[in-house]
Order: sequence, then C-alpha cells, then structure tokens
Amino acid sequence: MPEPPLPDAVIARLQFRCEEPDLAACGHLLGPELGRGGMGVVYRAHDPELGRDVALKVVPVADADRPDALERLRREARTLARLEHPGIVPVHTVGVLPDGRIFYTMRLVQGERLDRFAAAGPDRPLPEMLRLFVRVCETVAFAHAAGVVHRDLKPANLMVGAFGDVLVLDWGLAHSAGDGISPRRQGGTRGFMAPEQESGDAGEIEPRTDVFALGAVLRFLAGCGGRPTPNALRSIIARATATVPASRYAAVSDLAADVLRFLDGERVTAHRESIWERLTRLIRRHRVLLGLVLAYLVMRAVLFFFLPG
Amino acid sequence: MALMTAVPPTDSNLRGGFPETRPSALQGVQGEDEAVRTRAVETIVSVYWKPVYEYIRLRWRAGHEDAEDLTQGFFARAIEKDFFRGFEAGRARFRTYLRVCLDRFIANARQAQAREKRGGGALVLSLEADDGREALGVDAAPDEAFDREWVRSLFTLAIGGLRAEYDASGKSLQFALFAAYDLEAGDAGGADGGLTYADLGRVHGISATTVTNYLAAARRDFRRIVLAKLREITATEEEFRAEAILLFRSSPPPDA
Repeated sequence: MPEPPLPDAVIARLQFRCEEPDLAACGHLLGPELGRGGMGVVYRAHDPELGRDVALKVVPVADADRPDALERLRREARTLARLEHPGIVPVHTVGVLPDGRIFYTMRLVQGERLDRFAAAGPDRPLPEMLRLFVRVCETVAFAHAAGVVHRDLKPANLMVGAFGDVLVLDWGLAHSAGDGISPRRQGGTRGFMAPEQESGDAGEIEPRTDVFALGAVLRFLAGCGGRPTPNALRSIIARATATVPASRYAAVSDLAADVLRFLDGERVTAHRESIWERLTRLIRRHRVLLGLVLAYLVMRAVLFFFLPG
Repeated sequence: MALMTAVPPTDSNLRGGFPETRPSALQGVQGEDEAVRTRAVETIVSVYWKPVYEYIRLRWRAGHEDAEDLTQGFFARAIEKDFFRGFEAGRARFRTYLRVCLDRFIANARQAQAREKRGGGALVLSLEADDGREALGVDAAPDEAFDREWVRSLFTLAIGGLRAEYDASGKSLQFALFAAYDLEAGDAGGADGGLTYADLGRVHGISATTVTNYLAAARRDFRRIVLAKLREITATEEEFRAEAILLFRSSPPPDA
C-alpha cells in the first residue's frame, strides 16, 4: 500500500530541526535568528545561569559535513579570543553541537550596521563619519599588531553602537600570521577586496590588504548622501586603494593619521596641494585667529579715521 | 541517447532503495557514459516528478489525469530530446531552467490540442527554451507549490534512504524513534501531539538521554542524506549552497 505524502507540518518540522542548533547540552535557550552569512548563522540565545542574552554563531547546516568550514569557525572564535579590544566583540564559549557543528557564543551587541547607519542619515556631517572611520582603523591596527588581517572589511561588517562606539565584526576570513593555514581560496567581498586577495595570491596577504578595504570603506562614507568628496580626501582614498600594495599606506595607523590630519585642516601626506588649496585650507584652519585679526584691524581703522585727534 | 520511459516514482522506489552518494546528476546527463546518463536521468525524474505534476495542476489548471499525462509527456520528451543536456550551469538554477522549459512544453501542447480540435495540422511539441533565465511571469502560488513539492520529494527520498541505511546497520530502533517523534503529524503523535522524549524512552525501554542522542544522530544522518541528494541534482557548488539555504530555511513549527 503506498504511503501518504509527507504532510507540510512534518516538512516544516524537519526543515527547522535540521537547521536549529540543539543547545540542550550547553544549557542555553535558543532565540530567534539574527542574521545569516556565508560562513555562519547567528542566533540570539539566553544563558539562564548568568541571566543574560548572548549571540550564538553556528556553522550553517549546508556546511555541517565540511571540515574546512568547521575549522574556519573554530579559528574565528580563537582569533576573537586573542583580540581583546573595545572594538571587537568578546567571545564567551566555543563548543560542538550534538550534530557535530561548531558554535561559539559572544556578547550580544546592539547597534546598526554601518551601511544602514549611513543610509538612515545621509545628511550626517562628513567629520562625524570620518571620526567613526578612525575608530575602525584603530581596531584594525590593533588586530594587525597582533598579527591578524581581517580580509573582509566592509560597511556590512562594521557596527555602530548606541553611544557612537564602533565594532568590527565577522572575523571568519581573518588570517593570523603563523597559523600555518594558507588564505588562498577564501573569499572576500567584491568592491572591498584588494586585487591580490581577488587573484588568490596568498603570499601577498598582509596588513595592506586591509588598508585597501578600509580605503573602499572610506570612499563609501565620503560619498554618502551624494556630497562631493574634497580633493585631499580623494587622494587619501586613492592611496589606500592603490592596485599595487607597495603604493598604499604601509600601515592602517598611517591611513588613520592622514584622515585625522584632514579633519584637523592639516596637510595630508597623500595629497600634493596647489597654492590655492593650501591657502583655503590655511584660512579654514585658522579662521578663528584670522577673524580676530580682521576684527582688530577693522577696529583700528575705525578709530583712526573716525575719532578726532 | 536511447529513449527511456519516464516512470513516475512509486513509493516503493522512493522510500526503498536510496542510491549511494554520487556526483552531480546534471553533470552525469552531459557525459558520454550511457549507464551514468541513464542513472542521472532517473535521479532527476525521481526528484522532479511530483513538483512538475503539482505545478502543471496549479499553473496550467489541469485535472489529475491530464496533469499525469502531461508530466509523463514532458519527461518522455525531455529524455527523447536529451533536453537536460542543454542546461548550462552558472547561467541559472536547474529548477528555474526546468520550469521555464516545462512552461514552454505545456504551452505548445495546449496549442497543438487546440489545432487538433480545429482539425489543424501535425502535432509539434518543442522543448527548446531561450535559456533558464527567462522570466516566468506566473502567479506565485504555482511556483511555491513547485518548490514545496521539490522539498517534499527530496525529504521523502532522504527518509527512504535513512530507513534503508538504518535497517542495513541494525539501527531500526533509532529509525523508529525518528519516525515517531519527527515524522508523525498532529494528533497521530509526534512532537505536535505532545509526545516527549521521556514518553518515547518509556515505550522503548530506554532513557530520555538515549532518546536525545539517538534523535540527534538520526537528524544528522537525515540531513547528510538530504544534502547528498541535493548535491546530485545541483551542478555547481554555488547552486548547491544556495539551494541548501532555501531547503532548510523555515519558520519554527508550532511545536518548536
């Protein structure tokens, strides 16, 4: 006798059970899915022991049988654990689900992805956006000092917190110096990926790879709201995103320093100024002092011409 | 390629002998080995028979018998004309390609029927499609039905594979637990009917922890078999990953 077809309710249950992480062993309670990327699915989870919510990242079910995908998530957790910085989400625990998938829990961060943050406020002043960018640079520079190259920096992987704090997320593609694993064949995001990363040239992956991506992020932030990009900032972007790594800033801190110089109205190293540009920059930079001198001169002129004797 | 008869998958051949994991059937149909091609076509037909049938019923408002005949005709014609070989991986998903060609086939069949009624000329059916990217421009409901049946087909095949694998390795109890908890719907029992791991343990004389472990293993094996089957009917890694995400993405069921 033919068996009846699988009911829709059973299919829905099987779909859910196959993807849903079984957290019984680690004592957490599973919450809703928060996001999904190529390398992991992130859920909200509750730790009843400590009474707090956490974010839980797990290998997607499609990759459950791929040792490289499992190892990548484990490596990501280890990388994050090494990087204690206010701009990097701290990891709490790493574990293996009963179905063999690797997961880790981390602090649940509240905030908005930088691309959405920028889209929601296209009129935000450029200096505000640039100060956020400098904070991202500080975090990435810290990682570089620890020998870690992120390799997937883009607005979608940067989160702006409620108090202006900026977090660098998704370290799944990060390459740690000395971990013995070739970064070849691993992805990135077109538009933010350095040419050497796109071509899969493992030997060329170094901090300058992140400098390129940060240059692309800077281009994104500078162009938000359709405002024109000042020449000096355009030169900073051009140097950061140079095709040849040796032509880029040698370090992220150098890029950040140039952006700070731009913010302070100083001459940036990436830009050769014309006399007119230099003049307008100096006027803008010293406008308060110039205003005071001008006011003094006007006052002296008034006194000289209009007061008797 | 020799003409084969498109046979609708019966429950016995769906749930009984699940084929071992093989490389993509879509690559198999494009190869030169006759045996590999035959097996690849059988795989495609077994997965897509019911989705195609349901789609014809809804999209083309065909009755049961008419839909069965058209499904049979579509696969027979596809095999006869080596139509699966025309699929170009990377240009579209195979599911999309197949649906576009199916629409073309049915439209031609309907046109031919109308000509026959008017006493027109010879019946010419074509499976040729521009390519798999052509927009379907149809209601969402038939598409959803097609996708739903596609998932149902894959899951049915995987359950059959799991049962065969567990029977062969002496794990009938594990399959019985999986069937009772995950495959029974509503009032008949299962999670919807309020069944707990402890209840199952009492019935089978094992602890709730053992039930937990057995169910976790069965779900893991079920998933492995589903993914192996999915790999067979996708042409590229990208297509496989995209389809796997769709296959398992669902909102929580009421009992979750």
